[in-house]
This record gives sequence, structure tokens and C-alpha cells, in this order.
Amino acid sequence: MTRRQPVETDRDPGLQPERTRLAWRRTTLSCAVVAVLAGRQALPGGSTYVTLAVGLAALAFLVFLRLAHRRIQQLNAAQPILLPAGSALAVAACMLGLALFGAAVVWW
Amino acid sequence: MSVFDQLDAARDAVRLWFAPARVQEEGETPDYRFSLANERTFLAWIRTALALIGGGFAVDQFLTDHLTHWARVALALALLAGGVACTLRAVNHWVRCERAMRQGANLPVSRFPAVLALIVAVIALAMVGVVVAGWAG
Repeated sequence: MTRRQPVETDRDPGLQPERTRLAWRRTTLSCAVVAVLAGRQALPGGSTYVTLAVGLAALAFLVFLRLAHRRIQQLNAAQPILLPAGSALAVAACMLGLALFGAAVVWW
Repeated sequence: MSVFDQLDAARDAVRLWFAPARVQEEGETPDYRFSLANERTFLAWIRTALALIGGGFAVDQFLTDHLTHWARVALALALLAGGVACTLRAVNHWVRCERAMRQGANLPVSRFPAVLALIVAVIALAMVGVVVAGWAG
């Protein structure tokens, strides 16, 4: 009886790329919830400023979606490259945008 | 460490945010799995920031019948400011950890988590006070 030998692959047995991909998905989901809350602000017939701020918040979400999608595709490699620092900064910029537009809506 | 040393270090850190390629010039590339773990920590901090920002939106929208206008604005702005602080720390910590791993140095420690925990606790206690004192509309 021959025993089946374990197959040698270049995949990490700890599934680190997969875990990182799921972390990006979780974060996208959180971002979507915040974007929906931001959209709700515009419902009761707010002023032009509020509509503008909500539109910019939606834009921040779309930019984040694009960044997350690109990174998830990069993580398909067996040994993914380091997260480009530009992406990290862009993610931070999206968060700052959401917070700033939120503050603008709260203020007016 | 004098104030000027600290200012120098802060300027250096901010420069590193905007010239990230410099991180890769130093030391040697760590195991990619460590970098991925660092990335997940970064994303966890981003989610914390998103939770605070979403909390700010929620306070503004759902507590209209329960809080006076200024209490609501103050709480919402405090939560949004917390979200901004978490975001900035997320980027800063990610860059510093990446650099430490390349140089084989100890990972940076900071009192940010403790400060954040204290601020959240203070906000929670303040809300309990507001409700008990009957200022809630």
C-alpha cells in the first residue's frame, strides 16, 4: 500500500494571503455601512451643501472599493508583493474624506 | 529625548509617509507573511476608524429625539475626530512596523491604544451622566 506523499506547493500553509484578502473584504463591508449611513444624511431634504458632502462621501467609498479590489487581485499571487505605500495613503485619504464630509454634514 | 529630537522624529515619520519607497531602501525584505500580517493590522485599525466615523454619523441621525442639539454635535464631532486619529495612526504604525521589520529592530510600541480606550471610556461615562442627569431631550 503506497502512502500519498504531501504535495509540495509554494502556497503558504497558514493561508496568509487568503486571510489578508478577507481582511480587505471585511474592511470594504465596514466602509459600505458607513457610506450607507452617510447617504441617509441626505434623505430629509437637506441643503445643497449636505447633498454635496454626501456625494463626496460616496466618491470616497468608490475610491476605497477600487483600491480594495486592486489589492485583492494582487493577493491572488502565491507570494504577493508588499502593499504599495501609495495604496495605504490613499486608504487613509478616503477615511479622512469620510470623516471630513461627516463633520460638514453634522455642522450644517 | 528633548522636544527638538521629538520634532525631528515626527518630521522624519511624516516624510516617510509620502516617500514610502525609502522604506524599501533600508535593511532586507522580511518574509512576505510578516508584511501581510502587518497589512491586516493596518486594516483592523482602519475598521476601528470606520466604526468611530460610522458612530459619529449614527449619533447625528438616530439621537435627534434624545439629545440636545449641542450635545449631539459635540459627541458626533468627537467620534469623527477619533476616527481621523485612528486613520493617521494606522498609516504611521504600518510604516514604522514595516521599517522595524526590515531593520530587524524591535517593533514600535505606543500608548495610542490606551489613550483611545480611555477616551472611549470617558465618552461612555459622559453619556451615562447625560442620561442620568436628564439632559437627554
